[in-house]
Amino acid sequence: MSYTRPTFRHPEAHKNQLGYTRTAYEGSISTLCAGCGHDSIVNSIITAFFEMSIEPHRIVKLSGIGCSSKTPAYFLNRSHGFNSVHGRMPSVATGANMANRELIYLGVSGDGDTASIGMGQFTHVVRRNLDMVYIVMNNGCYGLTKGQDSATADKGSKSRKGAPVALESIDLCELALGLGAGFVARGFSGDKKQLVPMLKAAIAHKGLAFVDVVSPCVTFNNAPTSTKSYSWVREHMEITNTFDFIPLRQEITTDYPHGSSIPVTLHDGSMISLYKREDKEIITNRQEAINALEQARSASQVLTGILFLNPDSSDFHDINNTITTPLNRLGEKELCPGNDILQAFNDSLR
Amino acid sequence: MKKISRINDFVIRFANVNGSGSASANNLFAKVVYRLGVPVSPKNVFPSNIQGLPTWYEVRVNQRGYLGRRGGADFVVAVNGQTMEEDYRMVEPGGYFLYDSTRPLPDSFRRDDLTIIDIPLTRLCNEAFSDNRVRQLMKNIIYIGALAHLLDIGLEPVVEAVQRQFAKKPKLAEPNVTAIEIGFQYAREHHRNSCALSIRPSAVVGDRVLLDGNSATALGALYAGATVAGWYPITPSTSVIEAFERFAGRYRIDPDTGQRRYAVVQAEDELAAIGIAIGGGWNGARSFTATSGPGISLMAEFLGLAYFAEIPVVLIDVQRSGPSTGMPTRTQQSDLLACAYASHGDTRNVLLVPADPNECFTMTADAFDLADRLQTPVIVMSDLDLGMNDHLSAPLSWPDERRYDRGKVLGADELDRLEKKWGRYLDIDRDGICYRTLPGTHPEKGAYVTRGTSHTEYAAYTEESAAYERGMKRLLNKWETARCLVPLPECTIRNDRGDCAVIYYGSTTAAALEALDRLKESDIILNSMRIKAFPFQKEVFEFIDRHDTVFIIEQNRDAQMRILLAGECQLAPGKLKPVINFNGLPITARMITNQIHSALLGTRQAIPASNRAAAPEGLS
Repeated sequence: MSYTRPTFRHPEAHKNQLGYTRTAYEGSISTLCAGCGHDSIVNSIITAFFEMSIEPHRIVKLSGIGCSSKTPAYFLNRSHGFNSVHGRMPSVATGANMANRELIYLGVSGDGDTASIGMGQFTHVVRRNLDMVYIVMNNGCYGLTKGQDSATADKGSKSRKGAPVALESIDLCELALGLGAGFVARGFSGDKKQLVPMLKAAIAHKGLAFVDVVSPCVTFNNAPTSTKSYSWVREHMEITNTFDFIPLRQEITTDYPHGSSIPVTLHDGSMISLYKREDKEIITNRQEAINALEQARSASQVLTGILFLNPDSSDFHDINNTITTPLNRLGEKELCPGNDILQAFNDSLR
Repeated sequence: MKKISRINDFVIRFANVNGSGSASANNLFAKVVYRLGVPVSPKNVFPSNIQGLPTWYEVRVNQRGYLGRRGGADFVVAVNGQTMEEDYRMVEPGGYFLYDSTRPLPDSFRRDDLTIIDIPLTRLCNEAFSDNRVRQLMKNIIYIGALAHLLDIGLEPVVEAVQRQFAKKPKLAEPNVTAIEIGFQYAREHHRNSCALSIRPSAVVGDRVLLDGNSATALGALYAGATVAGWYPITPSTSVIEAFERFAGRYRIDPDTGQRRYAVVQAEDELAAIGIAIGGGWNGARSFTATSGPGISLMAEFLGLAYFAEIPVVLIDVQRSGPSTGMPTRTQQSDLLACAYASHGDTRNVLLVPADPNECFTMTADAFDLADRLQTPVIVMSDLDLGMNDHLSAPLSWPDERRYDRGKVLGADELDRLEKKWGRYLDIDRDGICYRTLPGTHPEKGAYVTRGTSHTEYAAYTEESAAYERGMKRLLNKWETARCLVPLPECTIRNDRGDCAVIYYGSTTAAALEALDRLKESDIILNSMRIKAFPFQKEVFEFIDRHDTVFIIEQNRDAQMRILLAGECQLAPGKLKPVINFNGLPITARMITNQIHSALLGTRQAIPASNRAAAPEGLS
């Protein structure tokens, strides 16, 4: 049941630089539970692409299996999508990106899809630094199969079923940092103000940008005793930095009230302007990012913000030295060495 | 004792220690025979090991062009102490046993029906070379030199082969030439008339080349325009991708920028390898992966997705002995059923079955056209024997006017020209194949979500039974289209009686052809058919139909082709008779002849004697 939205919009609706209204970035109506954190993330994704004035058809959205992985149907109807198999989105994204390096790849996954069945693929797509945005909609449980704990559920946290989680949780951001990811961020589905610029920065980043978004499951994991619930996250959220995303060639016009902004330039010339709570946190320092995560963990806090950024990372195609023309555009002339070479090969065997 | 006395018709087996450099020496021997114009068929029987375990290299020399394994060995070169006793026992009566006589032959070696050729390989080597590593390598070369005399090859062809092999490193050629001369001289002085086997130059080879199937497969992918590959190392398929990368590194570099016109990822596992290939195929690049049995099992889930979501992808299966890890360095044709129906649910995959390196090349190239045309996985069913051994094969050629068939892909202009609403899974042409679009094609049209969940003609998610059934039935219609596109079987009708026939496929072909000739010598004249693809065409059904009994020759325990044919052709059990070998070594003409003979006499044993023994007995 894929419902479509009414296409009518106010004639004076705001348009972006391409002349598109927000409608051009929307998808079908969500079939997730009312109040699901994932729907808020979907909205932030739509806003980010709309405000960045990226042509929708240049975006490729990919996902695995689970509630999170259903969401690509709910945004960017003008983009091609690939709802693949459980835990295997990273490999499909890899192949797709290898075939055409010009498009923007957005992978959407969940905590079950990434931290359990897809752990191998997640770690290796980070390692090969595929140029993509990798979003985990992290609710600490398996929604579609009715609420089992996932590997990111915090030890001691209690879901609706009431039993505390007995095992240690996997912190995907910390793992991504350990794997050498060039962009690691954590957001909260309930904080759009932070999430939208965070997604924009992730989109502008070259190489793999990992964004873990805590996204409460209203049906199975929103009890106040759950560390992935709205109330718990709101009470325990610690913001490491607030920031604006400044697109390429746009003048910095915003006034920064605290006067402590630190600019970080991304590969394409766009910029993130960070407001630090404390100046000692440098987001380009991996060691400090890991320390900050560990400190927040011992203090039972959820650290959000851009945790680490390496603006100079080399992506898969840099490393592979792939031709700039997308491979899927090459034809016989560029690809087939021809019969003469084959005859020379035959001769070399004689 | 009557010595085996033959020209250009014998089997020579080298028994070596793995990792001692023997493979290249033995390969040199095969190359020399090939260059003398005599058909030759080398088989490397190697262990799953880098150094220390026994390995054999069997070379069939045959003027008549029989390239399968014959069975037995007329000449054994025994340089592995671990297996010497078995190697000694396996020599055919009247045959020859060459050993390193630096140490005397044990007393238990008392056969009086063979000719002993003693050559002190170690001593000769130690006298001539001082470096330990060189000594080990040259020991192998010395016996090649001895063979140059014993088999009447002469010094020159062997020296020339060495010089060609080391053309770019003449310094390395020096010790090799010395070693050859040492072996040659020693044999000439001590074994002037010991050996009655001989090799005479011939013209039978013609323009054929000596090539391994995996290299040919890699070239097929290169010529067909494959640009994306994901893979995970697994014997015996590894060299497909390694060869592809080697060729691509030579022929796919942009001359202006030095950048690559291809991308290969060594993935974390086979799950990712096929996922990468599917992602690339979905996004319009010709993509492939290569694997073997265990990889097929892991890829099964993704194959179902590619079947159901209709994504072109090429998979090369270089089969090895299963189940599980099985015998990873031994051959079999035992993935047939697993590949034909790989994945859960009602899934079926197109298979192409090459029989020699030339077909590895052409069928791999065709697989990319077929995958694009049919928008489905196409699996090339090679095996360890075909893939890793050198085979005499027709030279490769590529018609330069050939164009890639990229199938039904709509571009932006075509989308603009459409009068009706486009549906990704709408069967406009009634051939079961629909029009697809690639990401990034058009700002407003042609976008859809590809999914493994059931979908409508317009690619929308659905749980409506009727829509699901329509989709599944259309895929069957597409299967019928595939039936018309895959290569036809090769049928040879030798008699009109219609009582008895044989079917074979893939690397079984060479031994089967020889067996047919041998049976003919005892007045058993059989019609034959070589199957080249799945789905089976009406020609396959008709051939089976016109015979009372059909022997299916194959290399697996369960007679998988027989099961596949019985199911697909809805045949009564009993009509198809299995002729099998599953000992991990390539099937021999003797095995086939014996089994068919026994069956026709009504005394066939449940398991043929030749299959019972393990290596090295299995080498007989």
